[in-house]
Amino acid sequence: MGVEKALEGGILLSRLDHVIGWARKYSIFQYPFVTACCGMEYMSTACSHYDIDRFGAGLPRFSPRQADVLFVVGTISHKLAPVLVKIYEQMCEPKWVVAFGVCTVSGGFYNNYATVQGIDTMIPVDLYIPGCPPRPETVLHGLMMLQEKIQHEKQEVLPGQVRT
Amino acid sequence: MSQPSVTLQLLQERFASVIREVHSLHGDDTVVVEPGANLEVLQFCRDEPRLAYNVLVDLTCVDYLDYPDREGQPRFEVVYHLYSLEHNHRVRIKCPVAAEDPTVATVVELWPIADWLEREAWDMFGVNFAGHPDMRRILMYEEFEGHPLRKDYSISRRQPLVGPKN
Repeated sequence: MGVEKALEGGILLSRLDHVIGWARKYSIFQYPFVTACCGMEYMSTACSHYDIDRFGAGLPRFSPRQADVLFVVGTISHKLAPVLVKIYEQMCEPKWVVAFGVCTVSGGFYNNYATVQGIDTMIPVDLYIPGCPPRPETVLHGLMMLQEKIQHEKQEVLPGQVRT
Repeated sequence: MSQPSVTLQLLQERFASVIREVHSLHGDDTVVVEPGANLEVLQFCRDEPRLAYNVLVDLTCVDYLDYPDREGQPRFEVVYHLYSLEHNHRVRIKCPVAAEDPTVATVVELWPIADWLEREAWDMFGVNFAGHPDMRRILMYEEFEGHPLRKDYSISRRQPLVGPKN
């Protein structure tokens, strides 16, 4: 269904996927969900010295409805967890999630009454960037890996389709 | 041993009956008062011109559950750290609080900042502050049960709002 129905011939289909993937990976609108010290490295990455705009990810959006990639940057507490889930649910498809720093990956060195032990206990995560905090080079490497992933995904373009 | 500081002298003169203990290690003046005497001592510290402790630097709590050599003593201590901008001196005032009825008088009337500090002490240790205008949790969420910095709060107890109890 979907693209296959709208077009004729298998070759065109795969090329369209490729083109859409190319467009999507170079127009990453991020939603920075910044809660802690990792935010400093995020800001460093986003500013001119490391220039995240080279990767087409230079425009952070501060509304989840306009964003493609949710950057979860910093420790997530149990008090904040419902907010994060709500933000994720407000984002339109297609969407991706990046766990930025060890706190979001696994809770990091916080194993206590207050801290979520990894955001993947609540929402699906596409990319894990370890580090406490990760250096901008690590972030850019992660971003390129995310681009790779977006490029090679099956691209859904028609309404009603759901990513699997 | 040098002379006791103005603070300790004045407090010992005036509150001899309600002061349990006084020490001044390396110049850190510390006064332990009887349970229930915190308000009058603190009021004096703030209003006496020779003391003029106009800043409540910190208000916190200590849980001495299972602490060595403290059998028979109250479980909690509420700790006030005061500073005087005028005289540039400091004092630490401790007030023991029994586990059966962990309640002390609020000092919000003396220093408005005590509002949030007392809410934190309530949230973390379950010490109640009688007369506080808005006593509710400040750090943890309303659904949270118990007081996480109490020594008998299990170190592995988790109360997530969403997701598994990992």
